[in-house]
Amino acid sequence: MIKTDILIIGAGPTGLFTVFEAGLLKMRCHIIDALAQPGGQLAELYPKKPIYDIPGFPEIDAGELVDNLMKQIEPFQPGFTLGERAETLEKQEDGSFIVTTNKGTKHHAPIVAIAGGLGSFEPRKPKLENLSFYEDKGVEYMVKDPEKFAGKDIVIGGGGDSALDWTIYLAEKAKSLTLIHRRNEFRGALDSVQKVQELKDAGKVELITPAEVVALHGEDRLEKITINRNDGDVFQKSLDYFIPLFGLSPKLGPLADWGLEIERNAIKVDNTLDYQTNIPGVFAIGDINTYPGKLKLILCGFHEATLMCQSAYQIINPGKRYVLKYTTVGGVKGFDGSLKEAPRAVVKAFD
Amino acid sequence: MDTIQVTITDREGEVHKVDAPTDMNMNVMELIRSYDLAPDGTIGVCGGMAMCASCQCYVSKGAETLPEMGDEEEAMLSEAFNTKDSSRLSCQLFITPEMNGLEIEIAPEE
Repeated sequence: MIKTDILIIGAGPTGLFTVFEAGLLKMRCHIIDALAQPGGQLAELYPKKPIYDIPGFPEIDAGELVDNLMKQIEPFQPGFTLGERAETLEKQEDGSFIVTTNKGTKHHAPIVAIAGGLGSFEPRKPKLENLSFYEDKGVEYMVKDPEKFAGKDIVIGGGGDSALDWTIYLAEKAKSLTLIHRRNEFRGALDSVQKVQELKDAGKVELITPAEVVALHGEDRLEKITINRNDGDVFQKSLDYFIPLFGLSPKLGPLADWGLEIERNAIKVDNTLDYQTNIPGVFAIGDINTYPGKLKLILCGFHEATLMCQSAYQIINPGKRYVLKYTTVGGVKGFDGSLKEAPRAVVKAFD
Repeated sequence: MDTIQVTITDREGEVHKVDAPTDMNMNVMELIRSYDLAPDGTIGVCGGMAMCASCQCYVSKGAETLPEMGDEEEAMLSEAFNTKDSSRLSCQLFITPEMNGLEIEIAPEE
């Protein structure tokens, strides 16, 4: 069981900055995120794109903002459960919560801060009959354990970065690897495209384009697929694994069943005070919440995280006094023993 | 003229004739959102970067007045579901006076 003061769900900019504000109030944080790396949308969707409305940064790339936030919160030693989706929320008798992920990891905290953005990113699934029957029986949406693909006949579908990257990675391990895409053009980093071209020239990868997988076959597990070439050619192909990589799309997912008040795919919160939800001790901050006048902006998420931490402090330390202190005055004291503070002014009389 | 008229059929099949400002740097996805013609979280999910297809629409009239499709839009649509020849990503359609009379239908949710 992982124990912490504030359990944050979502490692996007709002979730990350919460660690900083909580740390100033001596509260420790742990973050759960369904993606394998911190940063949320910024890291997953647009790491190389600029953002222009972060106060004090005329222009900053999304990925760089994430790097900066990670650096800013480092002294507060946040814990991370990455690549796992928060599945259930159970309220305990003492008012604290246990949050369990889809992989069974349990987290215990008096405060839960949902900073889930658009929700958790789930694979986009092709529209194929019997698709769910073949899931985990030959159809995989993620390459979790590359070894299981060794010596197998594999077909990857898709034309983006992840389709290219896994084609490159698995081409060496697989018995055969076929990449099927609906267009002749692939959208990815230049060196990935070149590498796939080399693998194709070396006979290690077969490209079928423009084409689509239109049907799945097999008695107990996937054995064959039907491929429809745009030129009208329809044929079947035997295989062990079909890996459709059509990107990720965000879903509110299990959060929707936690008993929270939901309005238009967002969690309703009390914006007059602290962004608490209808469940006391559970807060929702950033893009995932809604209230009159809500704006889905990173800078608003930062503000919401800051106010939320004040309320969380009151819940964790009932009756304990605290007044807001400027970091310039009080410095930043990390849980790792580090101390950042403003240099002292020199007081000296001139001769 | 800084307002044009656009006819939008929502996902329930209801037809809306709406006024669209041409001077607010708005695109058609944002126009749909400004009139609440599709619930939040079901349209413009990526914010308008042609990185999802949640704002896909079918253009039934005025296609010739629209900007040409860029590489990113074309690549995204090639991976999208429920596409037709008339499919466009509405986030890539910035509202101009030439588009007066445009008619579109919002594609189903994926």
